[in-house]
Amino acid sequence: MQGYGDASLWDWSGALLNGAVVTLEIALAAYAIGLLLGLLGAIAKLSRVPPLQALATAYSTLIRAVPELLLIIILYYAGQTALNNLMRALDVSGAVEISGFAAAIAVLALVQGAYMTEVFRGAIVAIPRGQIEAADAFGFSRWKRFRHIIAPAMLPNALPGLSNLWLILVKDTALVSVVGFEELFFTAQQAAASTRNYFLFYAAAGALYLVMTLGSNAIFQRAERHVRRGQIQA
Amino acid sequence: MDFSWLSDPAYLGYLWEGFVNTLILVGLSGVCGFTLAVLVALAQVAGPKPLAWLSRGFTTVIRGTPLLVQLFFFYDGVGRLLPGIEGVQDSMLWPVLRDAFFYGALAFTISVGAYAGEVMRGAMASVPRGELEAAEAFGFGRVQILLRVWLPRAIQICLPTLTGEMILLLKSVPLVSTIAVMDLLQAANVVRNETFLVYEPLLLIAGIYVALTLVLTIVMRGVERSFPGVQPYRRILIPGRI
Repeated sequence: MQGYGDASLWDWSGALLNGAVVTLEIALAAYAIGLLLGLLGAIAKLSRVPPLQALATAYSTLIRAVPELLLIIILYYAGQTALNNLMRALDVSGAVEISGFAAAIAVLALVQGAYMTEVFRGAIVAIPRGQIEAADAFGFSRWKRFRHIIAPAMLPNALPGLSNLWLILVKDTALVSVVGFEELFFTAQQAAASTRNYFLFYAAAGALYLVMTLGSNAIFQRAERHVRRGQIQA
Repeated sequence: MDFSWLSDPAYLGYLWEGFVNTLILVGLSGVCGFTLAVLVALAQVAGPKPLAWLSRGFTTVIRGTPLLVQLFFFYDGVGRLLPGIEGVQDSMLWPVLRDAFFYGALAFTISVGAYAGEVMRGAMASVPRGELEAAEAFGFGRVQILLRVWLPRAIQICLPTLTGEMILLLKSVPLVSTIAVMDLLQAANVVRNETFLVYEPLLLIAGIYVALTLVLTIVMRGVERSFPGVQPYRRILIPGRI
């Protein structure tokens, strides 16, 4: 039985590694979009435009109060329906199957963006006011002020939160298996069901996730050293 | 939006069962998980080296893998091996070991043990040594020092963070619907399958979760206020994790 189990792990190793690559791909894409959403959300929250503020606050508060799995299921169906309605409105015949890949990325990015809004908002608020005033005094444009003063000054504050969110995201990708998207955990479930060796394949999937999270941890530690260069170390 | 199905007592029954199970899961795993967390933290700050390593490894593995994978590992992986062990099926524990609810509670307990354990480890390490030495000087025994000085001081330091952990626990409960435990999400799934409504049941339980999160926050805020010397946390929600 054990020998059979080992052979099946070998048979499935290609599929599992493939799943791990897909997991990393959707995580990276969702992270990039989430960063953008979070930055926009933070800027909206800190802006002096009440409707923008309200919108960003509603977005980040509601998303963070609802369980991720529930959100992923709701957004997945909502996205599919919305796309179908759009296609019908544009007179494209037949229901379109929304690409699972795009849907998985969109849903995860929307969730990440809500948490990133809070991370960026906190990091920007923590910048000493004088630094921003100095940029204004030097006549920096808004973009230059953001690019040369705000962004580099907030990164050391934001990075611990961002690294935490990346780890959460890598683990959250497993949730899209519930709506039938084929990533690492979905593949592991298929392998487990077809070989009946549940223990082995779930342990193997866990090990692959662990490699990803520990690996990214090391990378983020380096990044943190990099953005904190020039700061006095405590 | 069609919410007429809410007048059907059968569906209300499912929702109520899901609601109660959600509360039981949070309460049970919260209490058991926190006990485990204290042990995990204690092993690292005061335990012998091998025990400290073991607990460090436990924390790393649990925090580095998705909760959903852990849930399936315990339920399908470990759960299916159990009947093969001699005598398990005849034991008194078998009705419990056959129940998906048990594996849900087990996975959550272990998860809380690892995440809250890491929080407690930091808090216990940051209790000033002088206070522990003072307790020793007053003739406190080791257990007394732990229960009357070290733990209360550590909880004082990290209680707001533990509040966040409780909210994260609440938000992980829907995962058990994947192993067919009747929680709120599973109740919504039953309604969806029978009424063919896609959104209404999901939106309803999303609303319930928002309310539950709010209530849990208020309850924990009360606990924080009644615990002497705690600085209440300003933010209501902290980042999620699965």
